[in-house]
Amino acid sequence: MTTLNLAKALNEGLRKSLERDQKVLIMGEDVGKLGGVFRVTDGLQKDFGESRVIDTPLAESGIVGTAIGLALRGYRPVCEIQFDGFVFPAFNQIVNQLAKMHLRSLGHVSLPVVIRIPFGGGIGAVEHHSESPEAYFAHTAGLHVVACANPADAFTMIQQAVASPDPVIFFEPKRRYWDRGEVDVSLDLCDAHPLDRAKILTEGADVTLLAYGPMVKTSLEAAAAAQDDGRSVEVIDLRSLSPFDVETVCASVERTGRCVVVHEAPVFAGLGAEVAARVTEMCFYHLEAPVLRVGGFSTPYPPSRLEDHYLPDLDRVLDTVDRTFGY
Amino acid sequence: MHKCLREPSQRGTERPIGHVAAIPRPGPDKALEWHVTADVDGAAAAASHPAGLDGLARAPQELVQLLTPEGQRVEHPGFPLDVSVDDIRGLYRDLVLVRRIDTEAVALQRQGELGIWASLLGQEAAQIGSGRALAPRDMAFPTYREHGVAWCRGLDPMKLLELFRGVSHGGWDPAEHNFHLYSIVIGSQALHATGYAMGIQRDGETGEDGAATIVYFGDGATSQGDVNESFIWASVFNAPVVFFCQNNQWAISEPLEKQSRIPLYQRARGFGFPGVRVDGNDVLGCLAVTRAALQAAREGQGPTLIEAYTYRMGAHTTSDDPTRYRLAAELEAWKLKDPIERVKAYLVRSALADASFFADIEKQAAELGTQIRTACLSMPDPKPAQIFENVYAEPHPLLDAEREQFTAYLNSFADEEGA
Repeated sequence: MTTLNLAKALNEGLRKSLERDQKVLIMGEDVGKLGGVFRVTDGLQKDFGESRVIDTPLAESGIVGTAIGLALRGYRPVCEIQFDGFVFPAFNQIVNQLAKMHLRSLGHVSLPVVIRIPFGGGIGAVEHHSESPEAYFAHTAGLHVVACANPADAFTMIQQAVASPDPVIFFEPKRRYWDRGEVDVSLDLCDAHPLDRAKILTEGADVTLLAYGPMVKTSLEAAAAAQDDGRSVEVIDLRSLSPFDVETVCASVERTGRCVVVHEAPVFAGLGAEVAARVTEMCFYHLEAPVLRVGGFSTPYPPSRLEDHYLPDLDRVLDTVDRTFGY
Repeated sequence: MHKCLREPSQRGTERPIGHVAAIPRPGPDKALEWHVTADVDGAAAAASHPAGLDGLARAPQELVQLLTPEGQRVEHPGFPLDVSVDDIRGLYRDLVLVRRIDTEAVALQRQGELGIWASLLGQEAAQIGSGRALAPRDMAFPTYREHGVAWCRGLDPMKLLELFRGVSHGGWDPAEHNFHLYSIVIGSQALHATGYAMGIQRDGETGEDGAATIVYFGDGATSQGDVNESFIWASVFNAPVVFFCQNNQWAISEPLEKQSRIPLYQRARGFGFPGVRVDGNDVLGCLAVTRAALQAAREGQGPTLIEAYTYRMGAHTTSDDPTRYRLAAELEAWKLKDPIERVKAYLVRSALADASFFADIEKQAAELGTQIRTACLSMPDPKPAQIFENVYAEPHPLLDAEREQFTAYLNSFADEEGA
């Protein structure tokens, strides 16, 4: 075991991927010499060369569009979108092109492209640097959408994403980049938790708390605090948002009878809406209360001096957990 | 999603190695000379018209032409063309046959057999000329109107009809004929072509026997961000890509003036690579210019923008009504520049083909038309469960569940009928 922060764990995972397969490329803005604005690709250009770790012009559609072309030629590009809000110029290339090429070709073409997106708020940034756009992509057939929450998962999940024959939108919780954790860098990927499966982080009997990305840590803290009130909270890190691991989630809710979904994104038509609908449909006779959601408000992301009010924190998560016991 | 890693990709090394060009290409010195010429032309235009955009728009615009509308063979110093009589007769055959495919498809749409069709009428020379300039290992990225290029690449025309009939979204294997899938969202494919060209560079398939990509788009697409971004990418990375713009004067109802205040080929200069305008209704001109641009790309001289100046003689698609936005006189004027008639006039005038040659081509066209019609009418609809196929390369639990549910739902009717 090695202690790494989340950014460094991604860096090590990318390094393994580059070593494993000559066709793996990294491309994006400032990913080369600078090592990325969050240093996730630090040192990779120096070790693998400018041909494999490519500093691109500043145009996100161009990054994804040329990555598609490289994938058509047999490469496995890993694109970095510098910040969540910058992914929208690439929306057509992701949703219309990347997601649909396999179908359009009746399976002749596979596009193993990974798009890494640092997402979420909490770092005091200016507008467009704190978004949680995951629902747009989870709504799009043809894409896998995943989010890592800790260094150990970051290390394995990025390698699994690179190895996937399908396109993967890979969300990274930017305010957790500096969180440290134990990582088994010698772990054989065949022994790693499957990329499309959720993970139960703490077992509990009274309520299931579902989270992903930056909200996993908040949920774990909420579970610890709830313990003091005598409530046993089960925390599940969804990890894969599309496909969504119905099996693990429903098995848990059938045991606890209560479910709360947590994310930073606005709750209206967010990922939690889909989760709530499915859990309700599949666990109806086990539910003691409606599935509740806690997340961002139905507003644009606020200026950073207000973000602490916008983002669900430990108290708002606990408040929602309390409400599920009011039915 | 699978759990274990697979073997490293091998796709890049599986490409064909052999390279046999259908028609000889000019040597590197000529390509180089042409690039210099094109650049000097651009510089001269800018220097003599320092007044800015308006000055550039008034600059003399050289149109490369090797066969006049009257069918007279002319020379262009920058683009000497070495073609045999058989080559020209072959080009004539291509032009006639793809027009016939197009005519048949329009008729099939009118009879309700196709949902829609995007006619290439009038653009045959631009497509056949550039398509026949491609070597087997070059990769072509089309829009949705490149039926002539598809023909040159050897794609079965029925695959095109499948798309417009609504049987599939294309469904051919791009690697089989090095002809990518049709692209519907205007300009998106320019980035794919550029990325593919960057892959060629990384595979080291450069040099005289190397590979290049060509990407097709129209005048309207030159306003798209993706096309402009691909110009930047191709220029910065010196990617072996040829940008082939068929300026057919109309983007549905919008004339060229809505897209640009300068001739399109001059845009290239601002991006740092040469642009050239060719008579898009002259199959020989298109062949010569594309051949030179491809060879320059293969040899590491980077991208070229070709503006094939042509005219969309039909509607944008079978859903469009051009009488609402353009005058009949315009079409009549362009009919005099028909891409097929001028080749016929040349062959006749030069006594390179006799009546039996033309009769034979007509016979082949009629046979092809019948063949397409018959195949289209007998094309089966896909099975309902096809909806769930090929969404992902790997099994997907949500789709598996939906497929199962939907199949059971459909079967419930069969059970009722059975009972």
